Amino acid sequence: MATVHVENIKKTYDKGSVLALDNVSFDVKSGELFGLIGPDGAGKTSLFRILTTLLLPDGGHAQVAGLDVVNDLWKIRRIVGYMPGKFSLYQDLSIEENLQFFATVFNTTVEKNYHLIEDIYVQIEPFKKRLAGKLSGGMKQKLALCCALIHEPKVLFLDEPTTGVDPVSRKEFWDMLDRLKTRGITIVVSTPYMDEASRCDRIALIQKGKILELDTLTKIIGRHAQNLYAVNADNRYQLMHDLRKPAEIESSFAFGEEQHVTLRTPENGENYLIDYLTQTGHSDITVRKIDPTIEDVFIKLMLENQ
Amino acid sequence: MKTFFAFIQKEFRHVLRDKRSLVILFGLPVVMMILFGFALSSEVKNSNVAILDYAQDDASRLLIDRIDQSQYFSVHQKLHSEAEIEQVFRKGQVRLVVIFPQNFQQDLLHSNHVQVRLVGDASDPNTSNIVINYASSIFRDYQNELSNNKKLPYSIETETRMLYNPQLKSSYNFVPGVMTLILMLLGAMMTSVSIVKEKEMGTMEILLVSPMRPLLVVLSKAIPYMVLCFIDVAIILLLAVFLLEMPIRGSLFLLLAESLLFILTTLSLGLLVSSVVDSQQTAMFFSLVGFLMPALVFSGFMFPIENMPLPLRIMSNIVPTKWYYSIVRAIMVKGLGFSYVIKQTLILVGMTVFFLGIAIRKFKIRLA
Repeated sequence: MATVHVENIKKTYDKGSVLALDNVSFDVKSGELFGLIGPDGAGKTSLFRILTTLLLPDGGHAQVAGLDVVNDLWKIRRIVGYMPGKFSLYQDLSIEENLQFFATVFNTTVEKNYHLIEDIYVQIEPFKKRLAGKLSGGMKQKLALCCALIHEPKVLFLDEPTTGVDPVSRKEFWDMLDRLKTRGITIVVSTPYMDEASRCDRIALIQKGKILELDTLTKIIGRHAQNLYAVNADNRYQLMHDLRKPAEIESSFAFGEEQHVTLRTPENGENYLIDYLTQTGHSDITVRKIDPTIEDVFIKLMLENQ
Repeated sequence: MKTFFAFIQKEFRHVLRDKRSLVILFGLPVVMMILFGFALSSEVKNSNVAILDYAQDDASRLLIDRIDQSQYFSVHQKLHSEAEIEQVFRKGQVRLVVIFPQNFQQDLLHSNHVQVRLVGDASDPNTSNIVINYASSIFRDYQNELSNNKKLPYSIETETRMLYNPQLKSSYNFVPGVMTLILMLLGAMMTSVSIVKEKEMGTMEILLVSPMRPLLVVLSKAIPYMVLCFIDVAIILLLAVFLLEMPIRGSLFLLLAESLLFILTTLSLGLLVSSVVDSQQTAMFFSLVGFLMPALVFSGFMFPIENMPLPLRIMSNIVPTKWYYSIVRAIMVKGLGFSYVIKQTLILVGMTVFFLGIAIRKFKIRLA
């Protein structure tokens, strides 16, 4: 039984001129930690807002815990926890006051559901008198998570919870999500960071309102096994330029300090690249065969879709 | 119910922690009362007068003395020719020039008729009107003194009594006016801004994804501001009674009840604005231009509605401040009871129900 069921959801803005979601369909299983991964503007927030009943879809159906997002709006609002992408708590209220307020809004008390947030709350409790607006990015996210959890939601929607948060806090945040999963809460989380994909049970790669791939991380990478080479040379700009020319090279994109290159024929790729680059006058050439990461897969899928 | 109280508590915290809104809420009424009470007075005192005295006799000297001694005038300079009149007005040194003709006393006593010319600076029409009136009354008094000795064949004496405000204190006019303006400004603006702020800050997004019903969200936003506006009414009344010594002639309870009704009207207007606009700036602009301006112009507080052209007079009826202003004046100044303000009260009730109805209907249960 799918906890979140999305079927051909379509959403447009500005009277149909901007397409935000283009026939999106997927299921999230009960108790799953499901990641929506894609760049800014991919349609993640629109999807979250439709699932949390904040927006009406222009087409398709969606259900959360068996409830329709259009017709059962009030029932859904009682059972989901939502953390919007922008920090949306009261900046002029303290940690304690924010938490208490949201507990009351959901007709519960902090004491009653303290066990749910205890792990997280103890980390920010020393600052409980501090105003939310004066907290660091990581602490804000922890507080927002507490507020989204305080009414014991069945499904938790977290829209880019780790954006703008330092790497240590990001790791801590994902550890917390793991612990929440063990309590049986279904979590749908979105992120623009590819490296966070490994923390999800399953991921959907989303781009321009379309889902490009949906599976576990390893299966997605396995499906797109390719002959990938990391290439470098002393004249980086010339290298980028030259690697675009030959028909033999399928794709070439900048990846950190190196160029990641895929070839159409798998055999002897290293030799081919070294020969080609020496002929075009490059020096200090390094070519390594590497295993693709999720980022490589994403960039490849993106290029294919353009 | 618990949610409701939590909301009210939260709203009070917002207000008490924001120094700007505190200043607006409690500073504005105090400042306005003090300004209107002491600084901005419609009485014109100590106007400078120039005298052109061709007569130089006992009668003209006596009148000049009287003008100088009156609290409204002080004789600034004596002129020697007509040409100087234009000059002193150009320099803006005087508001009035008094010209006594030659043989003033002689003509007055023997031919029983003499003309004194008063020249006013009408670049400020209201003030010059007032100044001319004050001066004329000095001459009238003198004439009465003279004629008391003789019996005039015909005479009509007017005896004037100013009801409700015998001393013609301006506070009787502006206290109801300030109350009207303050409530309109705070009720409509603060409420709309506070709701729109939730939209702008994104907190509305979380509140929407909660079991709270729109009606409850709207009401729990409005009630704290109702309390705050009511405190403002109390502040204004206290200042009026103890600082400006203006009595409340009618029932205090009735006055407070009517104020509460008007607060509800302004709050529902504020809610209406907040359900239509999306940014705090627009909400503020809406309230200032859409509510404060009409309140200022159409309440009858600054400009008499009777003097306006017909279309504007008709328009003034849809401005709630007009009705509240007339209620407050009726109760505070004239000491009238409820039966005299039923019509105005019913109109305000109607407006409140209308605005609130639209506001609740228009409240978005989704983001778009």
